[in-house]
Amino acid sequence: MSDPMRIRAQALGDKVTVRLLVSHDMESGQRKDAAGKTVPAHFIQTINATCNGKTVMNAQWGTAVSKNPFVQFSFKGAKAGDKMEVTWVDNKGDKRTDEAVIA
Amino acid sequence: MKRRQFVNQSGAGVLALAAAAGWLPAVSYAQAQGWNKAAFDSKSMADAIKGLGGVSTATESKDIVLTAPEIAENGNVVRIGASTALAGVSQIAFVVEKNPSALAAAFDVPAGSDANFSTNVKMGQSSNVYAIAKVGDKFIYAVKEVKVTLGGCGG
Repeated sequence: MSDPMRIRAQALGDKVTVRLLVSHDMESGQRKDAAGKTVPAHFIQTINATCNGKTVMNAQWGTAVSKNPFVQFSFKGAKAGDKMEVTWVDNKGDKRTDEAVIA
Repeated sequence: MKRRQFVNQSGAGVLALAAAAGWLPAVSYAQAQGWNKAAFDSKSMADAIKGLGGVSTATESKDIVLTAPEIAENGNVVRIGASTALAGVSQIAFVVEKNPSALAAAFDVPAGSDANFSTNVKMGQSSNVYAIAKVGDKFIYAVKEVKVTLGGCGG
């Protein structure tokens, strides 16, 4: 299975800035392997972040997002010590959820 | 209120229903079924906007700020970001014009979140990069040309 995501959430004033590093191949379906066969697409389709049960980021991705995707976003209404949760689902139905505490 | 906004922003009715059903218990949302296949199959900027639920074409605007490098040495990892200070932004999307599928990523902007996202995308070749924001039922965009010296697709 996939490695854990790295989530860094930092509170500054009333704003929380989140940097997220996901571990995923994000195979585009364009690439060919050594034998000349196309490598099938394998990529994250939806990714969702919640904080205290409230959605703070929700995205749909295509094949063009880089391998081991990075995302930065920010939201209001949380403080240091609050817990947040990030979940992704890819086109093969694999999913992963990781938690982090806002610093 | 929150739900109303979300229904509005989702455009396509079926998508809105699928997403809204999972909206309240936020954790159970993630079933890749909320994925907007039509939009991600698009080959051009205009198609991408149509796929995202737009009816008209987008207008260029200085209110949305696109951050992208002028020259990307490696097309596999190109950091792009977009932000806007406008109120009522419900979605921010990134489009790479000359990629096999133009739409790279679409971020919803939930209430309380800033309309400010950055991420890494792959680029097959030098191309215009668009940041599109959905404000109310209109779309606005900012564009920047990124030159790629080493492509990130195929090989």
